[in-house]
Parts: sequence; structure tokens; C-alpha cells
Amino acid sequence: MEDGNTLKFVIVGHIDHGKSTLIGRLFFDTNSLPPDKIEEVKKASKGRMGGEMEFAFLMDHLREEREQGITIDTAQAFFKTPKREYVIIDAPGHVEFVKNMITGASQAEAALLIVDAKEGVAEQTKRHANLLSMLGLNQVIVVINKMDAVDYKQGRYDKIRSDVKEFFDTIALKADYYIPISALKGDNVATRSDLMKWYEGPTVLGSLDSLANRVSPEDKSLLLPVQDVYKISGKRIAVGRVEAGTIESGMEVKILPEGEKTKVKSIEKFQEEKDKAVAGESIGIMTEDPVFLQRGNVLCVEGKEPTITDGFQANVIWLSKEAFDIKERIMMRLATQEFAGNLIKIKRRIDSSSLSVLEEDASTIGNLEIGEVEIQVKAPVVLTKFNNIQELGRFVLVRGNDVVAGGIIT
Amino acid sequence: MKNEEVRMDHLSDLESRSIYIIREAYHQFQKVAALWSIGKDSTTLLWLIRKAFFGKMPFPVVHIDTSYKFKEIYKFRDEYTKKWDLDLIVHRNEDAISSGMGPKKSKLECCTELKTNALKGAIDKYGFRALYLGIRRDEHGIRAKERVFSPRDQDFEWDYKNQPPELWDQYKSKTEAEEHIRVHPLLGWTELDIWKYIKKENIPVVGLYFAKNGRRYRSIGCEPCVNTIPSDADTIDKIIEELKTTTISERSGRAQDKESDYMMQKLRALGYM
Repeated sequence: MEDGNTLKFVIVGHIDHGKSTLIGRLFFDTNSLPPDKIEEVKKASKGRMGGEMEFAFLMDHLREEREQGITIDTAQAFFKTPKREYVIIDAPGHVEFVKNMITGASQAEAALLIVDAKEGVAEQTKRHANLLSMLGLNQVIVVINKMDAVDYKQGRYDKIRSDVKEFFDTIALKADYYIPISALKGDNVATRSDLMKWYEGPTVLGSLDSLANRVSPEDKSLLLPVQDVYKISGKRIAVGRVEAGTIESGMEVKILPEGEKTKVKSIEKFQEEKDKAVAGESIGIMTEDPVFLQRGNVLCVEGKEPTITDGFQANVIWLSKEAFDIKERIMMRLATQEFAGNLIKIKRRIDSSSLSVLEEDASTIGNLEIGEVEIQVKAPVVLTKFNNIQELGRFVLVRGNDVVAGGIIT
Repeated sequence: MKNEEVRMDHLSDLESRSIYIIREAYHQFQKVAALWSIGKDSTTLLWLIRKAFFGKMPFPVVHIDTSYKFKEIYKFRDEYTKKWDLDLIVHRNEDAISSGMGPKKSKLECCTELKTNALKGAIDKYGFRALYLGIRRDEHGIRAKERVFSPRDQDFEWDYKNQPPELWDQYKSKTEAEEHIRVHPLLGWTELDIWKYIKKENIPVVGLYFAKNGRRYRSIGCEPCVNTIPSDADTIDKIIEELKTTTISERSGRAQDKESDYMMQKLRALGYM
């Protein structure tokens, strides 16, 4: 196996379409289950479900989850194929736990959307697909599960595939594969199914192995949000993570939003000599001039500045039971910037499952609704469109001390 | 191919993510401490914290001492406290220890008294707003459900059914009703990642992890409650090789994970680390 090649993917889909079962099957078929884990799950399965091994118990560790047979919170686990290691993120399918689903999906590089062959596209199938599209996940595998329950019929597969595709087309999401499987029986998960000879595409594991790792945007120009400034034995070191591009010592940089210029004197990393750092690296820098740096500043290269503005357009997904009211002034965090602002206009309020417009020119956004909004802030903030650089194109809304919504800049 | 040369490898990526989290929590809470069990994970955590602050930790390290730890653990603790110039706080639930609390009574009760309640005592005494812990998702199914910033309430309880959303490295801050926030910079690391990083960085670890006479400790803690596994891995390289092929789970030698299906859930809900 190549070292250091780990892919994180999330499994999403409507409740009871078989996410946890598929995860169990993936572990089982890749021999990723320690014998004592199998024993533990077998033991826990006894007295329930007629004593049959319940794959879902592998991820659903909370007593409430096992007793009710639902996943409440997102969980992560690991398995490997001969090609690489995987982090599998199990996201809950119940509407009640969408915030947990988003938490899981926001950390993924790819997604596997599961659809029940019998039931077809359901409420959370659509909602999850919308959220994947909103989160910018562009590697998606659709698995059509429970083929055993529809006698492995190609007609059923074709129908669901075209339903999903039709919906995906409306949200500009493209699936890399549509795979007919039975997670319960193991068809087309690790090994090809003899019962669906009409299907010629890859198995689930084969399709996963074909996906690419997400790379930090190194090929863009520098964006380094300042996280903090430390005084270490008389030296002032500004720390942060390079979110795009590269930074080198001697390089001239511009400090946003004010626009002051300075040169990078050195790149600081404990017990390491460095003169260059790339996107994704947490580093410190010292500057040639005694400029005043503080958290929230963004370093960039002159002529290649991101947008500096006190007003912008965004789509926000509301994740709190207490609705947003247009009169409310709310805190926002974007990379290391924190600022208060107003949603001065809610152009449209949208159902996050059906995508139907609930209201034009609205004054509230309710739980799990998407708002197309115009945001006004007092002092200029540094940002890009989400499609340009995700790291500076997304933000959260914070009420009290909790994240209550996620937003992407359009 | 220029990008290929500079692109970060997996361990550097994990390191950078952890350092980002460490710096975020310090910025937000200031009055913080790191819990050090002296095991490989929390020692790796200290290593990363030292890196985040260029060699000098700006806050204390807390060792919750149950009095049942291996002598090697105490020795290692004292040696590296000096070497790394740590501000070490050792905290014990002296009342429980002197009244004879031990694993023979009940493991759940013992962990609760000597670990959880001792930790409560330390937080009460020093007023920490946030604590860094070296837990990882792959250690235990319950830990797989943790957030990076995880609140604990006045009663120290973890409300695992209603965790705040966490996206794009934006974490929640502390409210009045919350006793403290647990910060988990190593959540995304695996046991294998930890050992590979220990090798890469040459991080010192307690000798108990290395095999003697065909057995070694894969996980260390209180002497009466952890067991050895059969192993010939007496070097870091051999441990890495062993982990690539083993089918035994990491905490299989730990008593508190086994007593019943939900003991770990109970312990964690009550505030166990």
C-alpha cells in the first residue's frame, strides 16, 4: 500500500436505506474487523433482531442508536483496500439529525449516496444530495441498495438511476457511478454479483479506489489568514495555516484588509529550517517591517487580492430549531475573521429537500431551510467566491456560542 | 511536477491540522491545560503543542494520578517534565485513595472516583475553561462520535445526543452553562499514524510499549487494569509492522471497555476521558 494516501468519504442517504449495513459489509469484506469487535457486536445483537449479527452495531455505538435502530450522530471508522486507507464517515439519515450529517459531510472528500431500490428517492435522499452540492463535494457515487428485495431486476435499477439523475441535474451534481448492490448479501460491494450480470460497472470498492484525493489549492495565489500572534523570546511570530498558494521567505506580501505591504523575513516552524510553505501547512512567519498583524488579517500577493467588501451574497443553510429573524444581528466566522452582520435581504427561502421556493423576499429562515441572502457587515471582510477557493468562500453563523448555520459565498 | 515535490504527506497534513486546532483553542479559551496520561497519544499531543508554540507550552500539563500507574510512567513523567520544562500539575482524588478505592471494588466506580472525579477536582481548583485530550476516533466506537470541540456541562456530562454542528474548522465557544470544553486535536489520527509520527519525529515513549519475553502493552494506564498482548515488537519499526497486520483491537487489554457493552458510554457520559 502507498503510504499516506487516505481518502475520507461520507455515506449519506435516507433513513433505513442501509447506510450502516453497507458500512458493516465494507468492514467485513475488507477483513477490517478485529475478531473481538465481531464478538462484541454478535453479543450485543443477541436478544434483538432474532440474534442475527447486526452490521449497523459496528458504527452505532450509543445504546439509544442500537435500541432504536437509527444512527443519531456521525461516526468515523477506518478500513483499507490494497490500494489505500479509507476513513468512512457514517452520517445519520433521520431529518432530526441533519446537523450531524453536515458535520460529517463537511469533512469528506467524496460521498456515497445510498438509495433503497424498493422505496426509491425519498425526502432525505434529496436533502442530502442538495447539501452535498452546496458543500462543494464533486465526487459522488450513487449506490442502489437492497437489490435482493427487487429480485435483482435491471428495470428497477434503471428506473431509480434515472430518477436520481433527473434530480441531480437540477442541482448541478454529477454522479461518478450508479452501482446496484445488496449490502446485506454483499452483491457488488467487494465482489461482483453473479445475480446482476447485466451490470458492467465497478463494485463499490472498485469505484472508491478510482476516486482522487482532494488537494489544497496550491496552484492558486497565496492566501494566509492570520490565526494568532505570539511573542516568543522577544520575537513576534504571526501564525496561521496557508489556505491557498505558497509562501516563501523574501516574498512581498500585502496585509488585508488594510493593504499595508511588507516582506516575509522568515518562515517559522519549531526545530525546522524552512524557506517555503504550501497550502495546508500550519506555520509562523516574521516580517521585515514592524507591521501590526492581528488575527483576522489575510496575507496575499499584490495584484492577486481576493475580494474585500462589506456586502456579499450567500446561500445559508439554517441548522437550528430557533429560526432566524431578519431583524437579528448575527456573528459570522470566515476563516479566522469574526464579524457581526445583518442579513439585509432574504431573497428566497427554500425547502432543502424539495428545493421548492417557500417564500420570496422572506423575513425568516427556519430549521433546515436554505436562504438566498444578501449580507451587510460594518467593516470590510476578505473573501472569495466558494467556487474559487472554498477555504475563503465559506463561513458559519454563530448565535450565542453555537454554530447555527453554514453559508457559501455565491 | 513541481507540485509533487512540495505537496504535504499524510503525517505532515495531520500535524498541520492538529496544530491549527491547538492554536484555535488557545486563542479562544486562554485558560487551558493539557491532560497527560503519559501514554503514547497524550505524549504525542504534548509534542504537537510544543511545536504549535515553538517549544514552550504556554499553559500547564495535568496528570490525573490514580496512584495505580506503572512505576515506569511516573519515572517518564518526571524525566520529561524537566527536559521539556513543563508546568506540571499532578492531581489525585486523595479522599478516595485514602479510603481504599481501587479496581477490586468496582471498575466503573474506581474509574469514576480516581479519574473522572479527580479531574473534576482539578478543574474546580484551577478553573480551566478548556482541556486538551489526546483521544482518537479509532480507539473506541464511542470516541468515534466525538467532536473536535466537545462541551461538558456543570455535572461533567457529555450530551452526546445533541452535539453542536462542526464544520470547516469553525468550532463552538464556551457558554456559561458549560463547565469546560474538551479539545481533541488527535481525533482524526489512527494508532498507526501515531506510531509512524513517533518514529518520524523521534518522540520518546514509555518502555512498556516494547515487547519483553514475547509480550508488550499496546495501551497503558493503571497497572491492575491493563494487560499485555502477545508480541515480539521490541522496536518502533516492529510495532508499525505489527499494527499493519494485527486483527486485535487496541483497547482489548483494557478492563473498562469490556465489563459491559455500554460501560464506555456510561463512563464518557459521566465525564470520563
